[in-house]
Amino acid sequence: MNTIELTILIWVGSLLAGFLGALTGLGGGIIITPLLTLAFGIDIRYAIGATLVSVIATSSGAAAAYVKEGFSNIRIGMFLEIATTVGAVVGASLAARLPTTTIAVIFGMVLLYSAYVSSRGIHESAGDGQPDRLATLLRMDSSYPTPDGPRSYHVHAVPAGFGLMFGAGALSGLLGIGSGALKVIAMDQAMRIPFKVSTTTSNFMIGVTAAASAAIYLRRGYIDPGLAMPVMLGVLMGSMIGARVLTGARTGVLRLVFGVVVAVLAIEMIYHGLTGRL
Amino acid sequence: MTHRSVGWTDQRVELIIGNLLRAGVVLAAVVVLAGAAIYLVRHGSAAPHYAVFQGEPTDLRSPSGVIAEAAKLQGRAIIQLGLLILLATPVARVAFSVFAFAMERDRLYVIVTLIVLAVLVFSLAGGTL
Repeated sequence: MNTIELTILIWVGSLLAGFLGALTGLGGGIIITPLLTLAFGIDIRYAIGATLVSVIATSSGAAAAYVKEGFSNIRIGMFLEIATTVGAVVGASLAARLPTTTIAVIFGMVLLYSAYVSSRGIHESAGDGQPDRLATLLRMDSSYPTPDGPRSYHVHAVPAGFGLMFGAGALSGLLGIGSGALKVIAMDQAMRIPFKVSTTTSNFMIGVTAAASAAIYLRRGYIDPGLAMPVMLGVLMGSMIGARVLTGARTGVLRLVFGVVVAVLAIEMIYHGLTGRL
Repeated sequence: MTHRSVGWTDQRVELIIGNLLRAGVVLAAVVVLAGAAIYLVRHGSAAPHYAVFQGEPTDLRSPSGVIAEAAKLQGRAIIQLGLLILLATPVARVAFSVFAFAMERDRLYVIVTLIVLAVLVFSLAGGTL
């Protein structure tokens, strides 16, 4: 296979990953690294570098659309980004010290967890309850649009959310993924922020978090232009198409199918990692 | 009662930032495509070598190196330049937010945003732990 053929194949695969990622809300990033390593035999460090770049592209590209909906909360996002960016620097620094087989196993376990979350669906918080002192101090409480007019919500458990975000950032830096699923869980489950607010705020955090570790990957020479090019262009186009189709699409069955695909990839990543073939 | 908010509201600031980011992504994609055309025309028939990790040459690891090589119309360097523009979009978002919070006279969040910007600059300047 020559460079043009490989580039086209990776582009098509990334397009599909971006499309499914947007439809299921899991992001295309998490299946690209398994695709590149398992199907194309590419070194996991190159794969992670290329995926990280595509994660920034989808996050920045979708920001304007999310803002128009009026759900994202910039204060919650910015405050938690302190945790995710520091986590990302720690994770990216760790990536250079861990053997690639260990990274593959951790990657597989995070994939398994994402598959579980995808198939189960997420319990949706309403954001009600008593105001929290720290959240009030940080001016995080806000409101979001509903068909019956704006609805206000209170944010809770800021320290727990902050801690979980550090973990999400570290995994993002270590594995080159957006950690979108983890970010939403920290905000939705721990901080009890309404689901729509969590997902849209998570989107803009993903780009900033990924940039913190991408700079480190670039300096280490993990970001190969020939490989990152089809991945970035493919994921970007795929997620844009996916976002258009999303309105009104039934995603229940799709989430389940995607969950199964992710689980199979996860088990293969863990197996290959344990047998030392990655 | 209708409440008209004048000036720097969160929503307006976010919309400006959102459009700024999208413009950055489009620019990055165009530069990457241009570099891809040169790269694939010149090296498309060569065999790829991604199975063994070698790391990129030093020229493609730093902004100054990338710009110098891209000026020579080197395909891979032009792609890398596009990726650098992409990497700059979230950094620009944070930098712009510092300004926006300052306009809103929100001192607490000016500090919060400056901390995030400091971490990004640390990482961009080559800092690791």
